[in-house]
Amino acid sequence: MSAYALIGALEQGFVYGIMVLGVYLTFRILDFPDLTVDGSLPLGAAVSAVAVTKGVDPILSLFCAMAAGFLAGTVTALLNTKLKILHLLASILTMIALYSINIRIMDGPNVSLLGSETVLDVFAVSGFAGYLAAPVAFGAISLAVTLGIIWFLHTELGLCLLATGDNPRMITSQGVNTHRIIILGVGLSNALVALSGALVAQNQGAADVNMGVGTIVAGLASVIVGETLFGNRSIPRACIAALLGSVVYRIAIALALGLKWGRFSFTPSDLNLITALLVIGALTAPQIKNRFQALVQPR
Amino acid sequence: MKIMMSRTLIRVLILLTTAFLLFPSVSAAQEKEYQISVSQFVEHPALDAVLKGFQDYLAEQKIEVEYAVHNAQANMATAGQIANQIMGEAPDLILAIATPTSQAIAQALKKAPHMGDTPFLFTAVTDPVKAGLVKNLENPGSNITGVSDLLPVDKHMEMVKIFFPDLKRLGVIYNSGEANSKATVAQIQEEGRKMGFDVVEATVTKSSEVFQAAKSLVGRVDAVFVPTDNTVVSALESAIKVCVQNQLPLFCADVDSVARGAVAAMGFDYYRHGYQTGAMAKKILKGADPGRMPVETQKALQLHLNLQYAEKMGVTVPPEILSRADKIYR
Repeated sequence: MSAYALIGALEQGFVYGIMVLGVYLTFRILDFPDLTVDGSLPLGAAVSAVAVTKGVDPILSLFCAMAAGFLAGTVTALLNTKLKILHLLASILTMIALYSINIRIMDGPNVSLLGSETVLDVFAVSGFAGYLAAPVAFGAISLAVTLGIIWFLHTELGLCLLATGDNPRMITSQGVNTHRIIILGVGLSNALVALSGALVAQNQGAADVNMGVGTIVAGLASVIVGETLFGNRSIPRACIAALLGSVVYRIAIALALGLKWGRFSFTPSDLNLITALLVIGALTAPQIKNRFQALVQPR
Repeated sequence: MKIMMSRTLIRVLILLTTAFLLFPSVSAAQEKEYQISVSQFVEHPALDAVLKGFQDYLAEQKIEVEYAVHNAQANMATAGQIANQIMGEAPDLILAIATPTSQAIAQALKKAPHMGDTPFLFTAVTDPVKAGLVKNLENPGSNITGVSDLLPVDKHMEMVKIFFPDLKRLGVIYNSGEANSKATVAQIQEEGRKMGFDVVEATVTKSSEVFQAAKSLVGRVDAVFVPTDNTVVSALESAIKVCVQNQLPLFCADVDSVARGAVAAMGFDYYRHGYQTGAMAKKILKGADPGRMPVETQKALQLHLNLQYAEKMGVTVPPEILSRADKIYR
């Protein structure tokens, strides 16, 4: 793995880390498996890209993207709470609807941002080399988002969110309207996913309607890898673990891309298989370490 | 003693495995003349053919190339990572196959100062200007050029018109999420206005919907046309089945689909497309300035015919088509 590939993996890990935090909020905190993210990631990208090409400030466009993502999450939550559609199906419905909506927003499947002004220009000006601007910018933004979520989950509203996921009956008996909490939580989660999508589009130079494919898979894998490797005993720890899980996941892909054993090299189509094996390796490493220790130091 | 042995053994084993994993690329000597890194978007017969044509041309020209081929498996995030991976490989030339991977490479190149002089060839990109890759097809500038697979839609429509001189309604099945297809369908409508037929669109979002989309056209159109749409072409058999059952002739824009059961296609041989890209690569490797090489489109068009399916779909092949065909499936 070259330095460029490593920097690239960090960059992707941080920027998709914001999405992973969103998935963590619904999947772990609210106990609400939310597939909307496959649609809200490109939604954020689409809104931001269209705004930037129309001359909106790139930073302002991020907030537009978050608002759109929040709205998408709200739709899923309303379908679930008010119309009593199973959460999984409600989120699938929003996701497939977003496919058409995203094409409407972009007036086509792809909007190019090559040559447009982006958020990264702000960081590039402040003295970082081009290839360092993205990882530094995304590192800073994702860290800020992580701290924001940790803070939020310690407010009264945040505690309601935690309680709604843990024990809805208890929190209802305390006089809290769980429907409102679910709507807020899923909305917030999708706002983060859309923010991640907007940043990805500005970084990759294009928003594409198909860029959301596999978002939930990467999100869940990252959350679980993070938990296994870095623990989830407290809220701050779990949030940081989710972000780091995303970085580990992207490093696994970078490793898989560069893997070559002397004369033997994998075919490009083996990429997903190798990525899966590397993630399995990362997940089982702690157990294997324990077994080795038991083997090496027999009592 | 026994414990000591096993401990050492395990340590040595761990060390060896790590070394084996981390440093093998050092031992792989680079003896070839040139290094080319390839970023392909997805495994797909047409895109695979592009790569094959590219490699075959350079091999025929006796140019020794060491390839690093990457495939994003249709994942945009991976496409971005592959772009960074290629910046690290620092090859003599970069080849990107399809639009999303080309955009990712263009963006990564902007951020990698040491790659400023590396030539970048894109291929199988329909609209390089709209994709933001080049400002101008004639004079692309910087180190970017390539081959566009913009379809010669007028030629396709002329062919369909020879089959059906009084064509009134033409059905088109495509994925509204593919930039390439959308551009093509706009062109078909344009040609329809000129030639005097209506275009009936049936859109899909994934391969599993092709069957239903084809059925929706039955009774509403005289013939069906499928552009070079990745989603529809991958599930072409379901459209063919509907067309055979309902005596609807199906035409395609890529010749590979004729072997699968389309009546005829004028076109696009993606192998030749890659071959042509290879010729550009040779010029660049031998010192030409890519920024001054105009973006090319496919030169050679081929006409493929499938007589067996023409009969199944109830269409008679006009003699002038039969005599022009480059390849006939019976």
